[in-house]
Amino acid sequence: MNPASQLIPLFVVIPLSGAFLIALMGKKLKWLPDFTGTFLTLVLFILSLVAIKPTDLYHTLVYSVGAWKPPIGISLVQDGLTVLMLVVVNLVVFCIALYSINYMERFTSKWKFYTLFFLMLAGMNGVIVTGDLFNLYVFLEIASVASFALVAFGTERHELEAAFKYAVMSSVGSLFVLLGIAMLYGYTGTLNMADMSVVLVHKGEGKLIAMISVFFIMGFGLKAALVPFHSWLPDAHPSAPAPISAMLSGVLIKALGVYTLCRIFFNVIGITPAILSVFMFMGALSMVVGVFLAIGQWDMKRLLAYHSISQIGYVILGIGLGTPLGILGGLFHLFNHSVFKSLLFLNSGAVEYSTGTRDLQEMGGLSQKMPVTSGTSLIASMSIAGVPPFNGFWSKLLIIIAAVQAGRYGYAFWAVLASILTLASFMKVMKYAFYGSLREKWASVIEVPVFMKLAMVILAFFCVAGGLLLVPSVQGVFLQQAQAVLVEGLQYGSRALGVIGSG
Amino acid sequence: MSVYLLCLVLFCVGLYCILRKRNVIKIIVGVVIAEYAVNLFLALVAYRFEGRAPIFSPDQKILNMVDALPQALVLTAIVISLATTALLVGIAMRIYEKYGTFDITKIKELKG
Amino acid sequence: MSKEHESGMSVIVKTITRLTVGLIFLFGIYILVHGHVSPGGGFAGGVIIALSFVHLMLAYGKEVSFKKLPRAVVHFFESFGALMFLGIALLGFTSGYFFINFISKGQPFKLFSAGIIPLCNIAISLKVGAGLFAIFLALVLLKFEAEKRK
Repeated sequence: MNPASQLIPLFVVIPLSGAFLIALMGKKLKWLPDFTGTFLTLVLFILSLVAIKPTDLYHTLVYSVGAWKPPIGISLVQDGLTVLMLVVVNLVVFCIALYSINYMERFTSKWKFYTLFFLMLAGMNGVIVTGDLFNLYVFLEIASVASFALVAFGTERHELEAAFKYAVMSSVGSLFVLLGIAMLYGYTGTLNMADMSVVLVHKGEGKLIAMISVFFIMGFGLKAALVPFHSWLPDAHPSAPAPISAMLSGVLIKALGVYTLCRIFFNVIGITPAILSVFMFMGALSMVVGVFLAIGQWDMKRLLAYHSISQIGYVILGIGLGTPLGILGGLFHLFNHSVFKSLLFLNSGAVEYSTGTRDLQEMGGLSQKMPVTSGTSLIASMSIAGVPPFNGFWSKLLIIIAAVQAGRYGYAFWAVLASILTLASFMKVMKYAFYGSLREKWASVIEVPVFMKLAMVILAFFCVAGGLLLVPSVQGVFLQQAQAVLVEGLQYGSRALGVIGSG
Repeated sequence: MSVYLLCLVLFCVGLYCILRKRNVIKIIVGVVIAEYAVNLFLALVAYRFEGRAPIFSPDQKILNMVDALPQALVLTAIVISLATTALLVGIAMRIYEKYGTFDITKIKELKG
Repeated sequence: MSKEHESGMSVIVKTITRLTVGLIFLFGIYILVHGHVSPGGGFAGGVIIALSFVHLMLAYGKEVSFKKLPRAVVHFFESFGALMFLGIALLGFTSGYFFINFISKGQPFKLFSAGIIPLCNIAISLKVGAGLFAIFLALVLLKFEAEKRK
């Protein structure tokens, strides 16, 4: 047993204990929710950074819960992809916890918010670290149920309507996932993902596997809001409180949708050209449809939500290209998108906090009154639109180069087009919201409180510095580790089982 | 084989109910039916021909038991579906409070 | 008639409830503590325990039920059960692994056996019982609020 793997269960234990401690005592002790919220997420972020080094050394770390050896017990697996996702999730979640200190003052019962927040975080971290397929489903549902409740947190008309739609569609998606898991269990007789991939390699392709693939694409694609299954996202994401919108758009759809799709199709079932072309088609479709729908929006958060669909399309397109460069671009875009999209949602929350409106037509000239918000928003907009030297440019460039190298000129064209349209729609946001002449009714608007500013500045820093992740020495320990996991594909199984054999 | 097909039919009944019904409560019932179909499928996956219940007791030999693992999974899935259903019902009650109706064609303020 | 008969259902229901509710509660505890030797366990036991309180509430109305089990206590047990389960799992770290069964397993089919599993069952039943009752309360109170507003 490797001592470095002792840290893996903490990613689930810490948020769970935070959630129940707050539920137990948060009502009495007013300072507790804020303090634990910030402190524990900071600890988790540091832990996820600590996990980078051993993963670089040992490649795959396995922790067997309760000392039950795989494939019998539940195992927790930590490899490059896991670490990438953990860093993304915990970085964004830390900033959001910081932001919520001030923002959530407007709502009563802050402790309920933090309880659900931590449950959702536990679910996401659990999905990422687990090596057991049914365990993945359980964590997926923990995160989903917490997110339904958080979307409905304000209990106003629109929030309830959006939450109901989201809850029903998401439950149906989970049912497809569960059905797929049941069939896979019936076919292979195991639930451990590593063992399952080994068994599937021996059994070879079957018609049942095709059916299971369809179920998983439907289920996880719904969680990831790929285009035929996207209709819940533009309702649910804007309706939640701003920190939760940031969390849903920034990390939830990636941890629950993109990560699971990658893990299951690349590492467990085994990727085939047919599935790759489905990924590419759905990715390109989401990319284009999302951005076209976004341009016409006047509600700031709704516009951002449509852009989430579009940017997830980029991630899936990059990964679906199947070439090492494409996968690298896709994963890098995943990191970048969580940073800048959560920053944009936090900005929209800051504007709403100060002015009370989300309608772009009512805003104008806010940059004079809210310099930090407008500055960070400018950075994030430039990032998402792919303007050099911000991080979004590099990842989009990688994806487009990979598409051209793979001979997919059509997809490269659509990616460029979607990028241009993204730039256009964010120029609209900047023009209407932050620049132009200040309206009279906003004369008394003031900048948001200090913790909100701090959270936005941290994320903006990562937007600017994100491109540095491509520097070869940094890339080698972080992004390429994740890329290697997907490129190796089915070796995941023998690796995760083999680690146990060697000690 | 026909049992599996019937299970699939039950799942489709649930999906039909979710997609076609207008009443919020009926949609929730549809979700529950679909969940039961999946749970039934999990239990069927575990079935062995002429197997008996997987209960380990001192006076019986371990012979031809059905697979116990999916039954544990079904329990977990039931707990999860309980949580989802409770939340859905809670949201539905709040919706009724705000909109005064259960008809989803009238609860349609989010568009575009 | 005493004051407790003013709300809730008829006398017949109340009498039967008074006779059976304790038995239901005890049966829940039985299922719970024998969870590791026979079918049942924390979840089933917790559900039956919660049902006994639901039964009480249906028959006697919410005031009597709240006197027996105030809402604050329900919320306390819900979080406490979860924390206890997590604590048992974390104590496994003392023997090297998360969730390891660190107490001696004893003989099979005895009541005091199976290490941490009975303790986990108790924690689960606290969480499930309190949680299920809290769900019931939340839905019922929502209805009461709506009726009051009308």
